Amino acid sequence: MSTSLRPVRSAPASELSPDLLLKMHSLMVKARVLEERLIQMYKQGDGYFWIGGPGEEAFNVPLGLLIHKGQGPHYDYCHFHYRQSATLLAMGADPIDAMRQMKNTATDPYSGGRNFVGHYSIRKWNVVPVSSPIEVQYSVAPGTAIANKRAGGRGITIVTGGDAGTAEGDFATCLIWASRPANPLPMLIVVTNNKWGISTPYQGQHGEKRISDRGKAFGIESKTIDGNDPEVSYRELSAAMEYARSERKPFLLEAVLSRLYGHSSASGANRINDEADCITGFERRLEERGLLTRQQMDEMRASFAAELLAAHKQVKEEPQPEAKSIYDHVFAERDLVRGES
Amino acid sequence: MSNMVQAIRMALHVGEERLGVTDIFGEDVGPPLGGAFTATQGLKTAWNSPLDERGTVGTSIGLGLAGCRNVAEIQFCDYAFNTIDLLKLAGMQYWSSNGEWNCPITIMTPVGSGIRGSIYHSHSFDGTATHIPGFKIALPSTPRDAYGLLLSCIVDPNPCFFLVPKALMRVRSLPGEEIPGEPGDDRALSKMIDAPLGDRSNWKPQWPDTPDQFIPFGEGRTVRAGRDLTVVSYGRTLPLCVKAAEALAPEGIDAEVIDLRSLYPYDWARISESVGRTGRVLYVNEDTEITNFGEHLIRRTVEDLFYELLAPPRLLAGAHLPGVGLADNLEMATVPQLPSITDSIRSLARAEP
Repeated sequence: MSTSLRPVRSAPASELSPDLLLKMHSLMVKARVLEERLIQMYKQGDGYFWIGGPGEEAFNVPLGLLIHKGQGPHYDYCHFHYRQSATLLAMGADPIDAMRQMKNTATDPYSGGRNFVGHYSIRKWNVVPVSSPIEVQYSVAPGTAIANKRAGGRGITIVTGGDAGTAEGDFATCLIWASRPANPLPMLIVVTNNKWGISTPYQGQHGEKRISDRGKAFGIESKTIDGNDPEVSYRELSAAMEYARSERKPFLLEAVLSRLYGHSSASGANRINDEADCITGFERRLEERGLLTRQQMDEMRASFAAELLAAHKQVKEEPQPEAKSIYDHVFAERDLVRGES
Repeated sequence: MSNMVQAIRMALHVGEERLGVTDIFGEDVGPPLGGAFTATQGLKTAWNSPLDERGTVGTSIGLGLAGCRNVAEIQFCDYAFNTIDLLKLAGMQYWSSNGEWNCPITIMTPVGSGIRGSIYHSHSFDGTATHIPGFKIALPSTPRDAYGLLLSCIVDPNPCFFLVPKALMRVRSLPGEEIPGEPGDDRALSKMIDAPLGDRSNWKPQWPDTPDQFIPFGEGRTVRAGRDLTVVSYGRTLPLCVKAAEALAPEGIDAEVIDLRSLYPYDWARISESVGRTGRVLYVNEDTEITNFGEHLIRRTVEDLFYELLAPPRLLAGAHLPGVGLADNLEMATVPQLPSITDSIRSLARAEP
């Protein structure tokens, strides 16, 4: 990691409970095994394209655990990008559903076989449809944040994207609309900085030392953190979300983290060995603290791998969407988002 | 009797009072201006946004997903072209989520020529709008239709374009086409709902009691019945088509004129019944002529009605040019006007194999 991208070290904070650490670890490993299984599916021809977030688990798991999930403006709205399987697992999603989307089956609950893997949509948890264009989510998010604010309570809007996409105007849109003096918005604006835009290094394209510095111009509370450390991530996310929930104002959080299998299957989806692996570091710590043994962790990983292999086999047998279904759901007859059913 | 901009304002008032509209917003939409064309004066949910069309469309989508019916204005459609991918996004929320998220929003924007608006206040948007599946598209030519179509946009669970022909913003209804409940006297209505000049901070509109009178999508209107040929138009060119038809009556040409009113869904049943009867059809609009919506209607005419036709179907549209030039001669030569419409109707009526 270069000097300019080094995250701001957090002040020491209270220890997270062993139960929480173990829960985070388990979800991180499960998310990694899921991504590796999805890559396998791609390589075996059980899907046309893979994109995902292996390497982001240390940040994405705490994020998912801290979201107030539910439906409607009293709960958090989630405008995610396509690297957040770990967040979804931490929220309680079933990993087989990601595999269904990978295999574009009719049973894919997120898009019915219409969209790429990682493009979640879960209305009962306010996870709005993930979209492939980089950054549009940053322009959409202020809308749900207005609804959060109007509803009162502690619901916030969370929007995530990568570092490269912050070059799009939508990121500026988000900062401007979140911080309008006429109506500041309760938002957690996240940038996961993996230092890459497909094959283009961040450093050749971005003069700003930290993306979080851009928040300062708008009076937005901002911070850059080590997104490869799950304990730091948990604490910093807690603090940032608490600020947005109680102050009803935006917080810009940049998490510097790793991209362990490249951009997507378009770049091969092969393991990158010169980037830090958040799970390796975390497991060393858990072992040192006597919370888990190497053997227990190996067994856990093997058990997840077996579970997801079985799920892979199951998904292969599930039906593809029928051709005639292309005309389904062009126009809604009922106003679902306004409570009609 | 209201003009179109007053009709829009009254519909928005009904929307926020009775139909669940929570936000009407865009650049200059809120007080003190109340819209570049005054369409949003006096509305309690109207607010000013940053000068950022992408933010406006994006926020509209977000509000919609959160169940907030809203009307977002792009001040001129010329400035909506940088929002196309967000409009695509709005149009695909329901489809891409396989029926899980609908997006109840209305994107309102003035379209077309007619105010000597030069290159960047004269673009049309109907061709572009019809290339964004998932949207319903309204384009009225009278105040009453504007009122009823906007109400339909507001209550629809899907994204809707409400395209306003800016040349007709100040045109008043014809007798018999009033909005029920509006005062018949123009000055009385103006006093009730037009913001005064100067300081408006203490001004409150007095809204007339107008009903929820919807004009449904997909229902055109036969404005003039005729025997010899069918003219299908919408927006600015519609009243010109009616005028041309009237002017040609003494020549023995009896043209039927259909106001399409909504471009998607559109009233194919009405067109096809009429063309089946007359055997001749002219489509008129002012968007650029290549991959024009009228070309789609011609394709459908040829495929469905070929053996009913007495002459090739025709399209009179805007010239395929980058823009509409400012000088009077330039604008007049670029988009259909009364003389070119009259000539087109005449030549189609007289065309023989």
